Amino acid sequence: MKLTVNGTDHEVDVEDDMPLLWVLRDELGVTGVKYGCGIAQCGACTVHMDGLAVRSCQVAASSADGTEITTIEGLGTPESLHAVQEAWIEHQVAQCGYCQSGQIMQAAALLDQNDDPDDETIDIVMSGNLCRCGTYPRIREAVKTAAKKLQEA
Amino acid sequence: MGRMRTIARRTFLIGSAAIMGGVAFGTYMARRPHDNPLLADLGEGEAAFNPFVKITSEKITLITPHSDVGQGVRHMQALLIAEELDVEPGQFETDFGMPDAAYYNTALGDEGAPFMSRDESATAETMRTVVGYVIKLMGVQGTGGSSSVPDSFEKLRMAGATARETLKLAASQQSGVPVDQLKTANGAVQLPDGTELAYTELAGIAAGIEPPRNVPLRDKSEWRLIGKETKRLDITEKSTGLAMYGIDLKMDGMVYAAVRFNPRQGGAINGYDASAAEGMRGVSKIVDVKDGVAVVADNTWRAFQAVEAIEIDWGDAPYPAEQDAHWKALSESFTEERLDSEWRHDGDVPAGLSNGETIDVEYRAPYVAHAPLEPLNAIVRITDEQVEIWSAHQLPRTVEDYVAAITGHPVENVHFYNLYGGGSFGHRLEFEHIRYATEVANSMRGTPVKLTYTREEDFAHDFPRQIAMGRASAVVKDGKLETYDLKIAAPSSSASQMPRANIPAPPGPDMQIVSGAWNMPYKIDNLRVTAYRVPELAPISSWRSVGASHAGFMSEGALDEFLIAAGQDPMEGRLALCDFDIAKKCLEAVAEMSDWGSDLGENRGRGVAFVSSFGVPTAEVVEVTNTPDGIKIDKVFVAADVGTVVDPINFDNHVKGGVIWGLGHAMNSEITYADGMAEQTNYHAAEGMRLYQTPEIHVRGLENASKIRGIGEPPVPPAAPALANAIFAATGTRIREMPFNKFISFV
Repeated sequence: MKLTVNGTDHEVDVEDDMPLLWVLRDELGVTGVKYGCGIAQCGACTVHMDGLAVRSCQVAASSADGTEITTIEGLGTPESLHAVQEAWIEHQVAQCGYCQSGQIMQAAALLDQNDDPDDETIDIVMSGNLCRCGTYPRIREAVKTAAKKLQEA
Repeated sequence: MGRMRTIARRTFLIGSAAIMGGVAFGTYMARRPHDNPLLADLGEGEAAFNPFVKITSEKITLITPHSDVGQGVRHMQALLIAEELDVEPGQFETDFGMPDAAYYNTALGDEGAPFMSRDESATAETMRTVVGYVIKLMGVQGTGGSSSVPDSFEKLRMAGATARETLKLAASQQSGVPVDQLKTANGAVQLPDGTELAYTELAGIAAGIEPPRNVPLRDKSEWRLIGKETKRLDITEKSTGLAMYGIDLKMDGMVYAAVRFNPRQGGAINGYDASAAEGMRGVSKIVDVKDGVAVVADNTWRAFQAVEAIEIDWGDAPYPAEQDAHWKALSESFTEERLDSEWRHDGDVPAGLSNGETIDVEYRAPYVAHAPLEPLNAIVRITDEQVEIWSAHQLPRTVEDYVAAITGHPVENVHFYNLYGGGSFGHRLEFEHIRYATEVANSMRGTPVKLTYTREEDFAHDFPRQIAMGRASAVVKDGKLETYDLKIAAPSSSASQMPRANIPAPPGPDMQIVSGAWNMPYKIDNLRVTAYRVPELAPISSWRSVGASHAGFMSEGALDEFLIAAGQDPMEGRLALCDFDIAKKCLEAVAEMSDWGSDLGENRGRGVAFVSSFGVPTAEVVEVTNTPDGIKIDKVFVAADVGTVVDPINFDNHVKGGVIWGLGHAMNSEITYADGMAEQTNYHAAEGMRLYQTPEIHVRGLENASKIRGIGEPPVPPAAPALANAIFAATGTRIREMPFNKFISFV
């Protein structure tokens, strides 16, 4: 299969049903995307596929063939942060940080569709992403800050 | 007489600590410092002033040996050293360091000495010191029990201060300027003429100078980092996907392993058929391991698929197969034979109970999984000469001992490299994943093996929080709670857990059975708190806040009922009973923050609870609304007293996380057994709180207490009883068993 990850083209020889998550992590060494549950219950594996947020543990390699994938590493880097990452850093959201790649990718996808989400929308869209440390109050604040940044940009 | 009995019981634990270390010690031995492990690897012109500060001509490295499983202790430890060393973030690197006795944690002794934390009598303090000596002599390096801040607070500031003073002596030698005219800032010594000598330039000279002792620490008024809002050192890497967890590490030639071992925990494997797995793509090896079987493949997912394809015949569980039998064992444990200890008896409870009609209630707390989001994993590479292990673990030295016992290597040739943990909540105090990675790696020496648990394997083998049952009786007379008798039965988490780490279970009573309950800060005419020890059922483990997570729920839920039965307001009633000023201030703070007593309107209610665990008095008020779709938690107000708040942002984040942990599991999480196996296999069946359910949480850190404490666990225990009490206020339904969603719906 062929896919583009964070702007780089790759060709990998894997089973059709290998989840995109493991193609990224073990075949391509892109480890910002995390394994948490394997059944779309935690959202830690969230990436963008052709611009839409997907749970990469549920996307078969065959379905990802020919797509463009963006992971947390491609969203922004310490030198060039995405607005959502800036907000996450300003609010010091992370505790263990393990779920935050997925949280940030979910928030970035939300704000890409709707740069002024109300509280209820934020609650609904972000509730598929589990955080065992309980950083939810800061996630709420950071999404709002990121929305402001994107509106002003 | 009663006092004598109490003392005798307490000596058990101290005795056991000494036995564990196999030491008979004197004050001299206990005061002698451990060797500095950094000296062994030092090059020419490099200085290591103590086990925590290393400076070379290139860079400054601060060693932060407490494991960081998300609680932010890497930042906190660096902050304490930097405060006195006069270096700023960006001017130093940090390193978790190699496991060593020099990184002993004496603050673990505070929970090991069975006194109420408010008891600062000479007897209590002496016992704590003695336990601390034993820990130091044994070199117990551990992270847990909310002990990282109290362990580090003086030690790491002193490490920074002695290093700074040594660097000043070096600068004096080099410049000829007397030491008392030198200043330090921004990683450099400043001469009176404004010249700056960077610490890195001074390392060579400083390496030859004996660090001074007893350097005075700076007064609180001079702190520039402690108590201030600072940017957490790991925040950027954790917001850009760059933080390296154990599960992310990759090395040349590494293979990927998955394991299945008996989900009837501790049961045997009778046999298996791996023929389907053997032919699967990428699979290179099937390995027999203790009570299970592992697969080695060239990719994690292929290993998962293959191990799942193995047909396995499991043996029986060494504990009751069905959940009802677990509850029955608890129910039958309130007997003289199972009496573990009567921890508190004020007044005369038997007389008080016969002095009127009793109110009798029963409380239950289920098994609950830790389920940190990063599943357990480890990388192990074994050669004939040495063993290397990469993982995140709260007991680094114990990992080395544990692995040495499996492979037979001398322990000095076993090296554990600690990494960030994606959560723990107590799960990374366990060793099975280390064992299985070691067994597989030992079967293919020279090849690094990464073992990753599937989420399902992680749930199946998540030694859960202890199951517990409480029975409370009260006599209420003339608007007053006159007699309160609380009995709690539970198995001992430490007795289950410690043998798995090859550490003997401590003899004597287990304070955790009644932790957070026996030390309730209330003066009641007749008050008794008794612990009953249930023989081990399913294997259990320390779960964030340990015993207080069940005992606090029981003691504060029942107290609420009894105060209401006496016609009292739950807040006013508690305040009237409270005889400990520091606790009272926490209650007063949440009363003020929540505007307690004001009208909330229809279908709404608030509940209060107070629990002191790990030495931190913590009060919480929860506000709920009873909506047509179920209970909605609107707001939570928290006041906790840790003596000194070192890192205010982390404090706030931690308290909120602890409240969410406590509420979420009280709402919907438990582990139940059927056919000897945990019925909950993934997050869909035990999810805790999600964002849409998260209330507004208002936090206040108080600083009235004399000792500094950690905040990792104390916010958890009051959350469940405060929620139960609020639900009663809003609905009239009294919930006495977790998880609450067995009895009421949540939005």
